[in-house]
Amino acid sequence: MIEREQVLHVAKLSRLKLSDEEVGRLEGELSSILDHVDRLAEIDIEGVEPTSHVVPLENVLRDDVPRPSLDREVALDQAPDPYNGAFRVPSPQAEG
Amino acid sequence: MSDTNLLTVTAAETARLIRDGEVSAAECLDVWLERTAADDLNGYLWKADREAAVKGVDGSAGGPVAGVPVAIKDIFVTEGVPTTAASKILEGYRPPYSATAVTKLAEAGMPMLGKTNMDEFAMGSSNENSAYGPALNPWDRARVPGGSSGGSAAVVAGGLAPWALGTDTGGSIRQPAALCGIVGLKPTYGSISRYGMIAFASSLDQCGPLTQDVTDAALLLAQLEGKDEMDSTSTGIDGGIEPPSAENLEGLTFGIPSDLIGDGVDPGVKAVFDRTVSRIEQLGGKVVEIDLPHAGHGISAYYVLAPAEASTNLSRYDGVRYGIRDSDADLTSMYEVTRGDGFGPEVKRRIMLGTYALSSGYYDAYYGRAQRVRTMIVRDFDAAFSKVDFVITPTSPSVAFGLGEKTTDPLTMYLNDLFTVPMSLAGIPAISIPAGMAAPEGGGPDMPVGFQIAAPAFGEQKLLEASLALETAIGFDRSGGRVA
Repeated sequence: MIEREQVLHVAKLSRLKLSDEEVGRLEGELSSILDHVDRLAEIDIEGVEPTSHVVPLENVLRDDVPRPSLDREVALDQAPDPYNGAFRVPSPQAEG
Repeated sequence: MSDTNLLTVTAAETARLIRDGEVSAAECLDVWLERTAADDLNGYLWKADREAAVKGVDGSAGGPVAGVPVAIKDIFVTEGVPTTAASKILEGYRPPYSATAVTKLAEAGMPMLGKTNMDEFAMGSSNENSAYGPALNPWDRARVPGGSSGGSAAVVAGGLAPWALGTDTGGSIRQPAALCGIVGLKPTYGSISRYGMIAFASSLDQCGPLTQDVTDAALLLAQLEGKDEMDSTSTGIDGGIEPPSAENLEGLTFGIPSDLIGDGVDPGVKAVFDRTVSRIEQLGGKVVEIDLPHAGHGISAYYVLAPAEASTNLSRYDGVRYGIRDSDADLTSMYEVTRGDGFGPEVKRRIMLGTYALSSGYYDAYYGRAQRVRTMIVRDFDAAFSKVDFVITPTSPSVAFGLGEKTTDPLTMYLNDLFTVPMSLAGIPAISIPAGMAAPEGGGPDMPVGFQIAAPAFGEQKLLEASLALETAIGFDRSGGRVA
């Protein structure tokens, strides 16, 4: 079961502003999904290694040679608030 | 110009007509642009005009696909062309570069017809999670085309593109291909570069073709596969891909995981599946029962792993570098409001689920455990493939369902992926080919049924050979999906 407080905590970690209605709905939905997922607890995983990548790969190294990347103007072109060659953001401190 | 109706022939046939000089690439493009302009399936989120369609395309390319246009799922970034992944948070975004897959097709001489509709950030099985409204199933517009590559499947089935590019994380190529009566191939993880493919779940995401038939799937895969220095997980397929030519299934063994299929399949779908199994035997193939003891837990493992990876991948949408920004209060509020406004309900649900699964105190119980169950599913397939050449299942437990029919309960929607998710977790190639028609439960006109065949990693050539032999024997009539 997921409680309202947990939903609010996870929303904060996720940087998501949710409406009251969304919080209420997610309480129920996340609980029912996690109930299903909890069936994983039935499986004996003792001694089993986790899989994070399915295809065997070897690390590939190359010389670290500088080369051109995106031009600054191009990189800034899609930004909501480019300013003076940088990405401008609001102050981290709440005003007032 | 030849008398052949370009709208009704396969991409391979179109390529041949262009090569033989029966039609020029320019004439071919005009025919298709006129066609896409009339899209009333909401299959395209953006449509190219002539100039945009050929931008960056090598007009002198003379290879096997030169001049055949292609539709691109809106999850691939395309330089200067709107790319949203069907999300409001990327509204208006024009990327500064193109995905490797897109570049390769342009270099092979393939014009781009447009960007196809999808579930937002590829999260969904019905296309109903698109911020721009769902694409419609061309066989019955009251039904979903499947997802997440629903737009790609709808335009190919509807005759609004010769073929299309899609992506598959847990079934997102195979399931919509099945629901729309076309071929969809998810290649082995890593065989095609993911560079410029907007990330959903990086350990599962894979690009692949949605096509009218198996020969076209082989042809498109041959263009796409390959190692890319921009994606360190890309491997290509050793030996490349040749056009398949098999006429029978002699000497091949097919395994049915009966426990996984169980009773959860609609009777009409089951009947088509059983009929297809008989055809395999008629073609000389052997069919046996196999056991994939942990595959039934695939959905549970997947809905921990994929949301967890998504929650980290989607942290980049923060209103700073691209996309929309809502609110100019303090920085944290800007993040929260932008993301709260910009993401749709399913994306928020998965970010929440993934963040929860990765949060302090829950990591081992969810993410760690799911990764171990994934290992057991990989081993299940390894054991199966020591006895059989292929694993076969229905692609989806039902035919295309009605718009709105499964949107109230997310879990019901997730269970659509029951037969496609295990192969994704194992990273192995799997194809869906149309196998027949069945009546939907609850009534309505007959709809296409997909048949899934899975092979060991990098077994694409053998998979395509077997699929071709079976496809020829089935002789599926796809004309019913074509938009008049």
